[in-house]
Amino acid sequence: MKLICALLVTALVFLAACGDDDHSGGGTLRLLTHDSFAVDEDVITEFEQGHDISVEIIRGGDAGAVVNSAILSKGNPVADVLFGVDNTFLGRALDEEIFVAYESPELDNVDDRFEFSEFVTPIDYGYVNLNYDIAALEAEGLAPPATLEELTEPAWEGLVVVENPATSSPGLAFLAATVAYFGEGDDYDYLDFWADMRANGVEVSDSWTDAYYTRFTLYGGEQPVVVSYTTSPACELIFAEEPLDEPPIGNITPPQGSFEQIEFAGILAGADNEDAARDFIDFMLGERFQVAFPDDMCVFPVRDGAALPEAFSFAEPPAEPADLDYETLAAKRDDWIEAWTDVVLR
Amino acid sequence: MDRRGTALTSAGRSARWPRLLPYGWLAFGGALTFLAIFFAYPLVEILRRSLFDGWSPDLGAFSEVLGDDYFRGRIFFSFWLALVSTVATVALGLPSAYVFAHYSFPGKTLLRSVSTVPFVMPAIVVAFGFIALFGPDGLVNDGLRWLLGRDDAALDMIGTFEVIVLAHVFYNYTIVMRVVSGFWASLDPRLAEASHVLGAGRWQTLRHVTVPLVAPAVAAAALLVFIFSFTSFGVVLILGSRDHATLEVEIYRQTAQIFDLRVAGALAMIQVVVTFGFMLLYTRLQERSAARIDFRQQLRERAPGSVLARCAVVLNALAVLLVVLSPLLALVHSALRVDGHYSTAAFENLFSGESATLRLVAPETAIRNSLAFAGLTVLLAVPLGTAIAYRLAAQARYSFVLDAVLMLPLAVSAVTLGFGFLIALDEPPLDLRASWLLLVIAHSLIAYPFVVRSLLSVLRGINPRLREAAAVLGAGRLRTFTEVDLPIIWRALVVGAVFAFAVSLGEFGATLLLARPEYTTMPVAIFRALGQPGPRALSEALAMASLLMLVAGAGFILIERLRYRGSSGF
Repeated sequence: MKLICALLVTALVFLAACGDDDHSGGGTLRLLTHDSFAVDEDVITEFEQGHDISVEIIRGGDAGAVVNSAILSKGNPVADVLFGVDNTFLGRALDEEIFVAYESPELDNVDDRFEFSEFVTPIDYGYVNLNYDIAALEAEGLAPPATLEELTEPAWEGLVVVENPATSSPGLAFLAATVAYFGEGDDYDYLDFWADMRANGVEVSDSWTDAYYTRFTLYGGEQPVVVSYTTSPACELIFAEEPLDEPPIGNITPPQGSFEQIEFAGILAGADNEDAARDFIDFMLGERFQVAFPDDMCVFPVRDGAALPEAFSFAEPPAEPADLDYETLAAKRDDWIEAWTDVVLR
Repeated sequence: MDRRGTALTSAGRSARWPRLLPYGWLAFGGALTFLAIFFAYPLVEILRRSLFDGWSPDLGAFSEVLGDDYFRGRIFFSFWLALVSTVATVALGLPSAYVFAHYSFPGKTLLRSVSTVPFVMPAIVVAFGFIALFGPDGLVNDGLRWLLGRDDAALDMIGTFEVIVLAHVFYNYTIVMRVVSGFWASLDPRLAEASHVLGAGRWQTLRHVTVPLVAPAVAAAALLVFIFSFTSFGVVLILGSRDHATLEVEIYRQTAQIFDLRVAGALAMIQVVVTFGFMLLYTRLQERSAARIDFRQQLRERAPGSVLARCAVVLNALAVLLVVLSPLLALVHSALRVDGHYSTAAFENLFSGESATLRLVAPETAIRNSLAFAGLTVLLAVPLGTAIAYRLAAQARYSFVLDAVLMLPLAVSAVTLGFGFLIALDEPPLDLRASWLLLVIAHSLIAYPFVVRSLLSVLRGINPRLREAAAVLGAGRLRTFTEVDLPIIWRALVVGAVFAFAVSLGEFGATLLLARPEYTTMPVAIFRALGQPGPRALSEALAMASLLMLVAGAGFILIERLRYRGSSGF
């Protein structure tokens, strides 16, 4: 009996430990975001002090996993604000109606092309394209390719790693870029390209982190060409442990061969703290936040005239990104993924 | 840890006396209601999702899955992996079983204990142990580099089929060894003697006497190994490459990543049907092998006499130690090795407030969550398992049928259970998605069979006269329970509780699907650290896995100390 009592008491202590969520001061704003979210803590502290609220940042995996988990917890969300749904995944989030509408007054300072829906607010953007490891290509005796077709040639066998579009948003963005580049249903369309890529030994990763930090030669992997961002070379400078003059990697951005990825924030339906959520979205679009995060997250701010980090001089936006409107993307996304999966993985 | 071992007890069939728990029917009714709501209902939801569109029958998801080369490939691969794992495990386990059944040698009890360690090891710990052993910077490659004087990794096994099979052998080796040696030792040696007397040679005796006698036990063990390998999740997800997705991994991917719940439902249904089929086969076989144990004279263990026998004993001991200990020691070794030196930096980083994994979840939070969930799981699983065990012990006829039904959560994989929770428990009044209770309930469903297993054999062994005497002396039912039953069963209760604690601590599949970020547990935190860039995150993950291993190991020592001597359970 003593033992059972002891067990009971222990468990109650655990229960107590489990239940002590600290909601201190003027409440908590919870931000659900992906693992790559990063911003200077001072900036968040400023918001906390200005609005007498504490901000809790919850990281729920990669962008796709975050959106899926938000859908599965619809109506009973983990957080008040979701940041990190991008234009490739947005359709799914909107179909499932996980957000409530909000139009921030700060949107006056944002270019109209970033605005897709009253349910989400654009925060940042970037371009998904191919990066190459300069030293590794030199060692192979190869010049960086000028076109995507070149990558299907024997010289490039086994040298390219892409992300799976079913599980990774840059993977999906690059798939969309190849649709824009090669067309759909043409003589040699995007699926022919991917079939040739498969025959040429293209590697597929489930996530950007795995592709970039494990498979890419710059980080000790086997492939010198990887699907990443136009800003990646600049960020290799920013994150370098020892200062570099030039980025160790370069961009491959043939016309139509890159994709403009826009990241949005939205207020989750059923949020505990909707007012603070609106304030936070305004804050994310404000000058302070927009200038602070590009350094940490390696993306462009959507706010007009927000100053860019110095290293972004190596992150020239591509002259001609893929010309695909949002409606086409939303309507065709699942078909493209399915066709791609059949051609490349099965 | 996986849910193995529970079925190792060969249940005695004859309960001579209904043993009553005070308010036993009430407790059993409560347990049944709990199982109906949290186990049967989610499964029915999966069935409905995969077979119906709304309320009209729709076989679309099934024909999509079965008509697709890729999904057929996943089903085939799950079978193939389970088959190869089973064959490898039986091939390695049988010689051990022979040695354990036939010879006595110093340290035998200790060796048998050590072989049980994998039962309590979380899958994530085992996966990291194998990375530490066979990875490019693992112990094996370090050794090969030193031996061959090369710079590169001579043997990169991570992401190969072979390393998954090895991990399954690590987990299941003991099942074969224990089940078969227990049965073998109980065989009547006179049968073999009679065969010799009648002029049969060794080979003929083996073929016509020993093999037919031992075969049911081998088959039962093999079936268990097959089921566990078939539903394996953590080690496949972490050690395998994309081509190695089992059904279990594919259900997870379809649910969490690709978000095709119809396909996930169809796959889960296929998996449930297959594992349940094999489970039924297993219970039938177990019945057959259990029925033969009643021979009066048992095989006598003897000291190994010949040189050959001595070699066998020594080799067996080495094999057990190598299989069981090498991944675990390798894990600790690599957690203590930072940039080529020995140091505790990775452990210190974890708690320094500057952990590389801190951005995802603070290590302290993950540890606190894990301990809290494990404690709560004990609270729920022990009463649940006790109520069911008492009912089973009181059941005289057809108890094996009831047994099989109540052990069903063993046949349903953790990911499938988690998936069922997601789609079933999402509407009021049962909207538990935001609650930590969801995880406690999932862990308890996976853990309670362990409580039942550890209690059942003890309950069946209580002499009914003790209770009668108590009743004659005027004790009420409750008093009889506290003064007669409890002193007898408390050890078994604690063993069950520790098993429940260990199951919850290591549970990975259901938690990965169900845990909201604030309820991240140690296994999930370790898994996510694996996806973070940089060597520091990996070394912290290894350190956290080592901590998890230590806690599980402490639980194991507790179990071993409390286990009844000679009890065949687990």
